[in-house]
Amino acid sequence: MSVLVNKQSKIIVQGFTGGEGTFHAGQMIEYGTNVVGGVTPGKGGQQHLDRPVFNTVEDAVNETGADVSIIFVPPAFAADAIMEAANGGIKVIVCITEGIPVADMVGVKEYLKAYDCRLIGPNCPGVITPGGAKVGIMPGFVFKAGKVGIVSKSGTLTYEAADQVVKAGYGISTAIGIGGDPIIGTSTKDAVELLMNDPETEAIVMIGEIGGNYEAKAAEYIKSTGNKKPVVGFIAGQTAPKGKRMGHAGAIIGGADDTAEAKMRIMRACGIYVSESPASIGLTLSKVLKGEMV
Amino acid sequence: MNIHEYQGKEILSSYGVEIQRGLTAETADEAVSAAKKLSETTGTSWWVVKAQIHAGGRGKGGGVKLAKSLDDVKRIAGEILGMTLVTKQTGPEGKLVRKILITEDVYYPGESEPEEFYMSVLLNRETGRNVIIYSPEGGMDIEDVAENSPEKIFKEEVDPRVGLQGFQTRRIAFNLGLSGLAFKNMTKFVASLYAAYLGSDAAMFEINPVLKCSDNRVIAVDAKVNIEDNGLYRQKEYAAMRDLNEEEPEEVEASNAGLSFVKLDGNVGCMVNGAGLAMATMDIIKLSGGNPANFLDVGGTADAERVEKAFRLILKDPNVKAILVNIFGGIVRCDRVAQGIVDAYKNMGDIDVPIIVRLQGTNAVEAKKIIDESGLKVVSAILLQEAADRVKEVLA
Repeated sequence: MSVLVNKQSKIIVQGFTGGEGTFHAGQMIEYGTNVVGGVTPGKGGQQHLDRPVFNTVEDAVNETGADVSIIFVPPAFAADAIMEAANGGIKVIVCITEGIPVADMVGVKEYLKAYDCRLIGPNCPGVITPGGAKVGIMPGFVFKAGKVGIVSKSGTLTYEAADQVVKAGYGISTAIGIGGDPIIGTSTKDAVELLMNDPETEAIVMIGEIGGNYEAKAAEYIKSTGNKKPVVGFIAGQTAPKGKRMGHAGAIIGGADDTAEAKMRIMRACGIYVSESPASIGLTLSKVLKGEMV
Repeated sequence: MNIHEYQGKEILSSYGVEIQRGLTAETADEAVSAAKKLSETTGTSWWVVKAQIHAGGRGKGGGVKLAKSLDDVKRIAGEILGMTLVTKQTGPEGKLVRKILITEDVYYPGESEPEEFYMSVLLNRETGRNVIIYSPEGGMDIEDVAENSPEKIFKEEVDPRVGLQGFQTRRIAFNLGLSGLAFKNMTKFVASLYAAYLGSDAAMFEINPVLKCSDNRVIAVDAKVNIEDNGLYRQKEYAAMRDLNEEEPEEVEASNAGLSFVKLDGNVGCMVNGAGLAMATMDIIKLSGGNPANFLDVGGTADAERVEKAFRLILKDPNVKAILVNIFGGIVRCDRVAQGIVDAYKNMGDIDVPIIVRLQGTNAVEAKKIIDESGLKVVSAILLQEAADRVKEVLA
């Protein structure tokens, strides 16, 4: 009852022995995630966190059968790490790294087209299937298992949404943090589509923010499915001034269609239940699922 | 990171893009000697005096003027230097002009009429590829052209596997209606401009206008350039072009402390971890009847030092009537943040605006206890809605 990652996923960590990699890999293992090893060039053959370290992704895949990778390498080397993962045969690549030059990602996006793989991020909190696998940096205890899928550009706002879903009495199938950079591997629409086609996901919470047209594209897609599953949406940045970068590199209001108002209008027109306040995402979901909203 | 016109032109020139030549000055006397020198090297007999600030619309705001004599140069330079230039991009408070660029006059008469075009290079986020946007309608607001005559805006997207191709630069020159020497010069201009964009890790190069001179040279008369922040680590030479005078002092101070801060003009300050949640917190302030005084992301390590720095930044603004702290602890433990708030509060002595603290996530209950038992005038909440209600009460 999930997408992208589950109990059976075999996960490797790129940047395994670094500070970030060590800490988060430890947290992932503690959560019960099936971490089968890691990659740090030059440290192949060592053991780290009781798991084998490999020099290359290719070695790691050959030895462990890994199909998922999570990347914690510094920005200057992250594009290379993503391409190595794809080239090494990884199917789901989750890149946590923040600050990768956009020019590098232009090349990565093109490179990945030749491979049968999916990139989540970069600059994202990762993916979690509660009770199955945590492939990211989110606090696992907030996410209780259930049937609501979550898609979000932001980290802590994803936790906020998950917390509200759980407090409203529901649980989460898979939460996907797609990242806040101008170029990301999986768009809002792609992530929503995964959840729409997941038989165990019954409703979707879609959290967006100002900038770009991802939410509009996702909304059009949702409408095209005949609103097969109910979707609750929220857009952060209703009060953001024009032309200013709000933390995320992608969060700049440019044209008329990427303001919060415009996005919410498009979402409503496509049959999405929009929560105006970030505090009422759970309440809105609850009303929708109880049939109190038409 | 934005840079000045004269710096953008330096980059362009180093990549072989022909530019309207100029020299910078910080006094009227420097302006006159710059003008003399320009006449010697370029043969120009008129000059343009251009205010160097990080904002567009300078011409309409009175920051760009033609000088037909050295006396004109001196007088105009004196007027523009030190003025507070207000354009539609500066906001009503305007920007102080500290530096001017004295340039050659490029609209001289000759065998053909000069023609102005528009051209920019930036990322198409939808396709993940770089795109050259251009129009025969140069010298005016491109947003207006897009609205009034969208058919006059052309796009040329670049395949990153092979880069910008010759047929593409030729298509651009043809679409701009050029022929002969001007056609050839335009293809070279486009190729060099794109090389400059790639080579400097830029987020945008906007040249408005690109001028075809009366003698068929093709040159950049203006340059609005933004270098992508994530690329600065490997662009040391361009990173040094940062002009702190053009940025909000609080934002500079914040970035030095590892905080992401944007000053706004509301009455409720906020301090949040994570950019998305920070924007959502600004929204909830608005929904509670206030207006956000800032955007502030304290990042992943909200320790006592950062919390104190953040409080000090927010409290510099006399309009702030309340502060909402909204932390969703994941890796960050709420009890540590709570202790940070209590320590910062005690260090700073009396803070006379009410503080509403909402801590959720890892160790939220322990955190609430620390706040409640501190004896400080801090209101705590666990749910976001509770925090919103407290903001409403405080503002009432």
